[in-house]
Amino acid sequence: MDRKIYLDNAATTPVKPEVVEAMLPYFTERFGNPSSVYEFAAQNKSAVTAARETIAHALGAEPAEIYFTAGGTESDNWAIKETAEAYSQKGNHIITTKIEHHAVLHTCEYLEKHGYEVTYVNVDENGVVKLDELKKAIRPTTILISVMFANNEIGTIQPIKEIGEIAKENGILFHTDAVQAFGHVKIDVNEYHIDLLSASGHKINGPKGIGFLYIRKGLKLRSYIHGGAQERSRRAGTENVPAIVGFGKAVELAVATMDERMKKELELRDYLISHILAEVPYVRLNGHQKERLSNNANFSFQFIEGESLLIMLDMENICASSGSACTSGSLDPSHVLLAIGLPHEIAHGSLRLTLSDDITMDEIKYVIVKIKEIVEKLRSMSPLYEDFIKRQ
Amino acid sequence: MYTEKVMDHFKNPRNVGEIENASGVGTVGNAKCGDIMRIYLDIDENEIIQDVKFKTFGCGAAVATSSMATELVKGKTVQEALAVTNKAVMEALDGLPPVKVHCSLLAEEAIHAALWDYAEKNGIKIDGLEKPKNDISEHEEEEEY
Repeated sequence: MDRKIYLDNAATTPVKPEVVEAMLPYFTERFGNPSSVYEFAAQNKSAVTAARETIAHALGAEPAEIYFTAGGTESDNWAIKETAEAYSQKGNHIITTKIEHHAVLHTCEYLEKHGYEVTYVNVDENGVVKLDELKKAIRPTTILISVMFANNEIGTIQPIKEIGEIAKENGILFHTDAVQAFGHVKIDVNEYHIDLLSASGHKINGPKGIGFLYIRKGLKLRSYIHGGAQERSRRAGTENVPAIVGFGKAVELAVATMDERMKKELELRDYLISHILAEVPYVRLNGHQKERLSNNANFSFQFIEGESLLIMLDMENICASSGSACTSGSLDPSHVLLAIGLPHEIAHGSLRLTLSDDITMDEIKYVIVKIKEIVEKLRSMSPLYEDFIKRQ
Repeated sequence: MYTEKVMDHFKNPRNVGEIENASGVGTVGNAKCGDIMRIYLDIDENEIIQDVKFKTFGCGAAVATSSMATELVKGKTVQEALAVTNKAVMEALDGLPPVKVHCSLLAEEAIHAALWDYAEKNGIKIDGLEKPKNDISEHEEEEEY
């Protein structure tokens, strides 16, 4: 294949041409600072407002509950650290899960060093949060439950509505990192009892460096970034107007195409999963079979290592990712794969393929053929496979 | 991230395979850390390495360092092979990223383990060869904040 087959859409996505087009005027002729008094700059306020309204509408929220940030990581940091500070009178305990993104995990670890207590709830073998364990973890001092909407590695979608109800019944705030879910799954903050929600632009064909935090009206959260009076004095810094406009456009497109996109992705994903499981021996699917993002497939191939697999796929113009230690810069494989109970050596052989509706069925068929070839080649040079065959 | 030489040895690894009734076989590393290397040596009565093969479970650098290590010891005497260090393997590959240096240590250790096995099988002592560690990957993980 001459064309690059990009199957790493959970890492980032290309910016849609319509999004770029919407952004461009805001770099040049409409460059003004929305806080300025003169007309041409002040007009940019309405561009920011329009994007805010689009996003609020997509969540069933009010525009005044949407605060633009520099991305999902900032939103997670803000939600968790400022809830901890604002509600420290009530308590110092936070509940989260073992499979959160590092933006949440490392923020919680930071708070642990500053006098807070954190319970990291386990997930089952499919990556679904154990609700009984979550309920048992609740203390009188619990101020926040933070559970991701959908997992970035294995794609498992959490029972967010149930978790929201548990939080509400116990008078605890509920934050969800929806970076992988927003624009891919229908979300209603009221139906799901979500108090805080983080999302990012570049996962839904918008620009990088832009995200938002939804903060339910009435919450006491203060600023995380201090300075000017932007974002109703809650998030300082001159608005990234081009990115905000682009984010708004990307959300508009994502919402409009969601049903159609999901249908196409599901067809491709299910074909990919069923054929890999049927045609490659000693492989497993990671994550929930049904409750998973429509574009996510995550496999573990026994006896081989993920980075080798990625380099060989790259040689065939296929871009993917892995939870292997060698791709994380540490010696441990992905914490998510370990949390679902995989032994280290199986976790090292993982491969994540995240699709988009730009992918064709022919490309998926090509990918399946190449994966089979490469897995076979790597196994032929694996001492683990040699030992396994000799034991047979 | 990798040099052209590393990519070349990863894409076209030299001396992949097994040797039946090898003079010495060494396996190092562990699956937990994600790298295992196994080296087979065929050593003649003049202590010359006539043939060498490897199998590796690991990343691109693990495969490339194993491949290069086999190239560096092939046709050499046991003493010459013992002198092949991880630095020599790295230099021959035009360098490795810092996080992958342990792969070259593993390659050196795999050669030593195979030589140790050869010495044990033949009841001989190789000067300067120490009993290999099973695993050299268990070093401290760096903080990455």
